[in-house]
Amino acid sequence: MINKTVKNVDEALIDVKDGITVMVGGFGLCGIPENIIAALVQKGVKNLTCISNNAGVDDFGLGLLLQKKQIKKMIASYVGENAEFERQMLSGELEVDLVPQGTLVTRCMAAGYGMPAIYTPAGVGTEVALGKESRKFTFNGIEKEYLLEYAFEADFAFVKAWKGDTAGNLIYRQTALNFNHAMAIGGKITIAEVEELVEPGELDPNFIHTPGIYVHRIFQGAHYEKRIEQRTTRKRG
Amino acid sequence: MLDKNGIAKRIAREVKDGYYVNLGIGIPTLVANFIPKGINVVLQSENGLLGMGPFPYEGEENADLINAGKQTITTLPGSVFFDSSLSFGMIRARKVNLTILGAMEVSERGDIANWKIPGKMVKGMGGAMDLVASAENIIVAMQHVNKAGESKLLKKCTLPLTGIRCVKKVVTEMAVLDILPQGGFKLIERAPGISTEQIRNATEGQLIIEGEIPEMVL
Repeated sequence: MINKTVKNVDEALIDVKDGITVMVGGFGLCGIPENIIAALVQKGVKNLTCISNNAGVDDFGLGLLLQKKQIKKMIASYVGENAEFERQMLSGELEVDLVPQGTLVTRCMAAGYGMPAIYTPAGVGTEVALGKESRKFTFNGIEKEYLLEYAFEADFAFVKAWKGDTAGNLIYRQTALNFNHAMAIGGKITIAEVEELVEPGELDPNFIHTPGIYVHRIFQGAHYEKRIEQRTTRKRG
Repeated sequence: MLDKNGIAKRIAREVKDGYYVNLGIGIPTLVANFIPKGINVVLQSENGLLGMGPFPYEGEENADLINAGKQTITTLPGSVFFDSSLSFGMIRARKVNLTILGAMEVSERGDIANWKIPGKMVKGMGGAMDLVASAENIIVAMQHVNKAGESKLLKKCTLPLTGIRCVKKVVTEMAVLDILPQGGFKLIERAPGISTEQIRNATEGQLIIEGEIPEMVL
C-alpha cells in the first residue's frame, strides 16, 4: 500500500507558498481543518485565494487568516458571520466572489471528476449570471436556461476527516462531511488531517467516503476545539 | 394579523404526507413545530442531512451535527448524511418536494429577492439560488410590508434577485396568496381580522380577488 503519511502539519504544508489557490473544507465551523488553518497562520503565507463555503468567524476558522490579512480573494457562498470580513470587503482590501452553494460544491466535484465545466440553473436571471455563457436545455420535458460554470483549479485542497488510514482513505463524521469530500477529490494536491489515523485494513472498505487515490498527504491532527457556532438545545421533559 | 408562529402554522398545512421538505432560516424553521400528527415528512438540511430531528437536550450538543443555519440538531431513525454535492444534486434533480424560505421582496411574476441589500448587507446567497432555481414548489414566508409600511409584494423586485419566476405561494401576516403562472397575486385567504381592503392597500403588485375571500382557519 502506498503510504501517504506525513509526520506533522508542517511537513504537510512544506511547499505551500504565497499566491496559491486553496480549497478549505467545512460548513461554518463544522468540519474545518483546524490544524492546517493554525499552521497557515503560523507560516504567514500571503495573497491566498480561498475557496470555502464560509469565511469562519472573527477569531476562528478562516477568520484567523483574515485577521492577519493573508487572504487576497475569497470565493464563498455565505460570509455573514464575520465582521472583519465585511470590513475588508467594503474597504476593498479583500476581493470577494459570492457563488451559489450548490454551484460552489459542484465546481469542486467537477474537478475531481475530470470535467472542466458544468451547467446549472442556479443564478439564471440574477447578477450571478452576468458575463457568463448560458444555454437552454430540455431535460425531463422541461426547457430551462442553464449557466456554464467552470471547475475550480486549486493548487491544494485542505480537508478534515474523522478517520483515515495511511493509504489516504477517508471517513467523515455526520454533517462534518459537508464540503470535505468534494474538495478532497477536487484539489491538485489534497492534504487531509484526521482525528484518528489508522493502519490499512482497519477501515471497512465498504464505508469509505473518499478513496485514498485522491489524497496525497495525511496526518493525525491534535487539540481539536470543534467550536459550536449556534448552540441550540431543548429542555428535558 | 398573524405572528411568526401563525405564519408557520398556516404553511404547515401545505406540507403533505410523504414530502421531503427543505426549510430556510427564520420563520420557515418554525414550520417543523406545526406539522400535524400522522403527516410523515423528512426534513432536508442542505449541508448534508435527510431526517433532521429536534434540537439536542442540553449537554448533548455535538459540533459535528448541525443544520444549514449552523444550529446544533439531532438525527432521527432513518436519517442519512451525505456530502454537499449530492445534497444539491437531489435539490437540482427535484427530489425535494417542497422548499419554504423567507424573502425581502417577491414580485407578481414570482421573482424573489432575499440575499443582498446593496451597500448595506452582503452576506451571500448560501444555497438559496440553487434551491429556487430548481425546486418545483416554493412557498415564501414573509412580512407583507417593511418597517416603513411599504409593500414587499411588488410588481417588480427592486433588490438584487435570488431567482426568477419561481415562487408559487406567499404566506404573510395578512394573507395567503398564490402567484399565477401568467402573473399576479391571487388572494386565497385572509388572516383573522384582516379585511380584503387592508390586503389591497398593502400589496403593490397586481392583486387578483375573485368572489368572497375566506378567513383562514388555523
